[in-house]
Amino acid sequence: MSLPTSDESSLGTKKAVQPLSEATILFAGDSGDGMQLTGSQFTLATAFAQNDLATLPDFPAEIRAPAGTTYGVSGYQLHFGSVNIRTPGDEVDLLVAMNPAALQVNLHRVRRGGAIMVNVNAFTPKNLKLAGYDGVNPLEDHSLKDFRVFQVELTKMTQEALKDSGLDKNLIDRSKNMFALGLALWLYSRPIEPAEEWLKGKFAKKPEIRDANIHLLKKGYHYGETTEDFIVRYEVRPAQLEPGLYRAVRGAEAIALGLVAASEQSGLPLFYGSYPITPASDLLHELSRYKNFGVMTFQAEDEIAAVGAAIGASFGGVLGICATSGPGLALKAEAIGLAVMTELPMVVINVQRGGPSTGLPTKTEQSDLLQSMYGRNGEAPLPIIAASTPGNCFFAAYEACRIAVKYMTPVILLADGYLVNGSEPWRIPSVDELTPIDVSFTDKPNRTIDGEDVLLPYVRDEQTLARPWVKPGTPGLEHRIGGLEKQHETGNVSYDPDNHQFMTKLRAEKVERVTQEIPPTDIHGDAEGDVLIVGWGSTRGAIEAAVDRLREKGLAVSSIHLHFVNPMPPDLGEIFGRFEHLLVPELNNGQLVRLLRDRFLLPFIPLNKIQGQPFKASEIEDFIFSLVEKK
Amino acid sequence: MADEHTQPNDGTDKPQGKKPKLPPGFEPKAKKVKLPPGMEPKAKKAKLPPGMERTAKKPTLPPGARPAGKKPSLPPGMAGGDGAPTKLKRKDFASDQDVRWCPGCGDYAILAGVQRLLPDLGVPRENLVFISGIGCSSRFPYYMQTYGVHSIHGRAPTLATGLKAARPELDVWIITGDGDALSIGGNHLIHVLRRNIDVQILLFNNQIYGLTKGQYSPTSELGKITKSTPYGSIVYPFNPVTLALGATASFVARTMDRDAKHMAYVLKRAHEHNGASFVEIYQNCNIFNDGAFFDFTEKATKPHRAVFIEHDKPMIYDNGTKGIRLDGFRPVSIDLTDGHWSADDCIVYDETSMELAGIAGRMFWHDDLPRPFGVFYREERNSYEDMLHMQIKHVTDKRGKGNLEALLRSGDTWEIT
Repeated sequence: MSLPTSDESSLGTKKAVQPLSEATILFAGDSGDGMQLTGSQFTLATAFAQNDLATLPDFPAEIRAPAGTTYGVSGYQLHFGSVNIRTPGDEVDLLVAMNPAALQVNLHRVRRGGAIMVNVNAFTPKNLKLAGYDGVNPLEDHSLKDFRVFQVELTKMTQEALKDSGLDKNLIDRSKNMFALGLALWLYSRPIEPAEEWLKGKFAKKPEIRDANIHLLKKGYHYGETTEDFIVRYEVRPAQLEPGLYRAVRGAEAIALGLVAASEQSGLPLFYGSYPITPASDLLHELSRYKNFGVMTFQAEDEIAAVGAAIGASFGGVLGICATSGPGLALKAEAIGLAVMTELPMVVINVQRGGPSTGLPTKTEQSDLLQSMYGRNGEAPLPIIAASTPGNCFFAAYEACRIAVKYMTPVILLADGYLVNGSEPWRIPSVDELTPIDVSFTDKPNRTIDGEDVLLPYVRDEQTLARPWVKPGTPGLEHRIGGLEKQHETGNVSYDPDNHQFMTKLRAEKVERVTQEIPPTDIHGDAEGDVLIVGWGSTRGAIEAAVDRLREKGLAVSSIHLHFVNPMPPDLGEIFGRFEHLLVPELNNGQLVRLLRDRFLLPFIPLNKIQGQPFKASEIEDFIFSLVEKK
Repeated sequence: MADEHTQPNDGTDKPQGKKPKLPPGFEPKAKKVKLPPGMEPKAKKAKLPPGMERTAKKPTLPPGARPAGKKPSLPPGMAGGDGAPTKLKRKDFASDQDVRWCPGCGDYAILAGVQRLLPDLGVPRENLVFISGIGCSSRFPYYMQTYGVHSIHGRAPTLATGLKAARPELDVWIITGDGDALSIGGNHLIHVLRRNIDVQILLFNNQIYGLTKGQYSPTSELGKITKSTPYGSIVYPFNPVTLALGATASFVARTMDRDAKHMAYVLKRAHEHNGASFVEIYQNCNIFNDGAFFDFTEKATKPHRAVFIEHDKPMIYDNGTKGIRLDGFRPVSIDLTDGHWSADDCIVYDETSMELAGIAGRMFWHDDLPRPFGVFYREERNSYEDMLHMQIKHVTDKRGKGNLEALLRSGDTWEIT
């Protein structure tokens, strides 16, 4: 058995090559089939082919659900193209189904005429039954006649290819995803080198496993070349991206990088407190690697300890950060109120997931906006910033830190499961492009009272209303802060009725002053028209893809996307006046729409999807069609 | 804690006046919990993960970690105040705020004790931070002319942890109470002890909720009549000392509000310790639980109800007339006046012995045994913040100081022109 040489693997001349502008591929199989890995390696190869891309990993909460069951199916969807790619794709062009359950769960996502590649060896009576195919094999009953089905003997060919490898059967069977990856790479004319390099690094200390995997990868690629099943292969040319240096980045990576960048640019050491919770734990994993940036990561005993420690660190004069997901934000509520009252800078990252309660831990949702706005006792306003794409997570995290220290306030940064797990090509910013973060600690008394120089901890900056940040250890500025109501300027405990009203309004006014930081709102599309879509968070890609398609069809549709959700951009009212319909799509039962109605008293129309899945562009497109038709 | 309640009664214990009385209608039925057949406990040894076979007695430190005892080097740019050499006085530590505790409250004595002690510790005032939770005792920071945070209920250890991690050179004190530390903040207390954050934890124990006006607390005795337990509490109390020992505290002590000298001694010892120092302070609440500790604190009963333990010294009390001797594993009181026993028969206390700490800590509900005060246990081990910064330094030495531009450009990149 000879391995294909790199010459052979780059041949591909025997088969017709059909150019595509974009394609969507979905790898699906058991939780243990290595689909996330297969998908991410395909993504890497696609990034190297210089396509624009967006991904959607979709996996069950159970780590290893029973093999062959529908609830154990794990998927990785990737949309790539030579054109602008904004979503993980509405419909799948190629489904790679490792077993009947993967087919059962994902068939509805495949477009009519699309391709399905199945591991035919996994279509055993037992697996068919587990997948709910009642005694009928879908490969035999013509139910797939609208699709092009490729039946590949993945298991058998994998076993055959590795029969002399000396590996045990279990290990061999687990490697079949590499065969599938090789075949998929061939089909879309992707390079196999990135995956090969990755395997070399990953299994450097286990040469037999490394060699077996690389062998299989090439076998899969080679199989595409030789088998007569595949008549054409596809080619997707490089996308026209803005010039610059790029890398593929997951939202979780981007947030971690943004926080480190804020730490470096502000000169404030970074303290990060966190309690393990899906899907926020990846941030802790990422940041715990950056010790040589002085990053202190603290795995706390619970959610409350994580936020408490971040507040303590901020009091000490460093950049206090904590991250969690919905249920954890609920637990942190009281402590965030303390940060509001003591006016200490802190960033609380909430990687939203399906709720309420434990809800859908691995699925995405935007249902914590109102919790972020109002989920604290008393009136405890704070700025809320929402990231819109995996790459934008970097800038959102950086901006959240900048606002927190400039305004001496806790800031909530909203991301979600789709953003932190999804990836996209990211043009790496140069450090000079980042807005500077100027921090000045107060090291001198700020008032003279009865001839004595004193520090009043709640005297405010005129422009930002921020109070002074004083590092413990500064001689002569010893002072106390706490959760009890403060007297204006002195910070002494005060139960005075007028003072409480004054301070409540002052805290609100301080947050409102953050509007000074908000750039003019970008309008995607024309500045006036029939329909304006108002979005926030991870729906940006789907919204803008829908707007582009509708505009091509001649509809006067535009969109804006809020990165500052609280306070809102000051120019919104004027923009809203230029459109007839105002549509607010959200992955919840209507949260931003309530804030907007409350603030602007306009008839905003909600569009809600609450399925633990991101919007498809077509869903927004269809809704707008029906909206305009009704008129 | 269970062993305190399930000790077999061999008849040698006298009826115990202070042993928690069950509320009427709750007379105990079975002393021992009866397990279902086949469920008898077997003595199983904890199995260590592979590679962790007990070769080293001490936990090995992460690579680059320094041995305990040395002061951590400060992170760059984090130097504290430079320590003015002029000696401060007690009044220099009093803030301009009126103290608002009830007249006669034991908190006054503790506040005075701390303010008297601080000038002797030689810590620059600007490096002192008092952090509290919620409750009467937690108003403490407002009265101190130092840095301070009056935080939220039970969470003072969490703020102190973040602060010490960020600023190891600061001298941080946690002020808490029995409700704050042992009920709502129980989880944080055990973990701050386990991590061995270098702080002093002063737990003002008055066995009652004072600020909320008199509900029973986690240290209130069984049968206690309070506003929330008009028919008597049905819950066994915590013994804070054994709780702290169980949480692997590296310094555990007990003192009382009405013995200024002893309190000063214990607080000084706590401050000297590198790591989490846990000090339970018996504190009288003259409004809701007056006299809860008078047995141990008042002249008439203190000599025979309290024993002051000291390292390397025999456990002797009642003006030298009585001592504590070990009968097997059980501490018993012996008479040193009738010629039968002498001081040589008494336990020579060793505050580095976890075993003795366990025995002394459990001298809790025995009316024939005095209640111990002093340093129960002390152990040298690295603090969390020491190791955190050692590890950061180790990795930085190994990998070089991080460069942001290079970090952003790391991984697989490609250029589009």
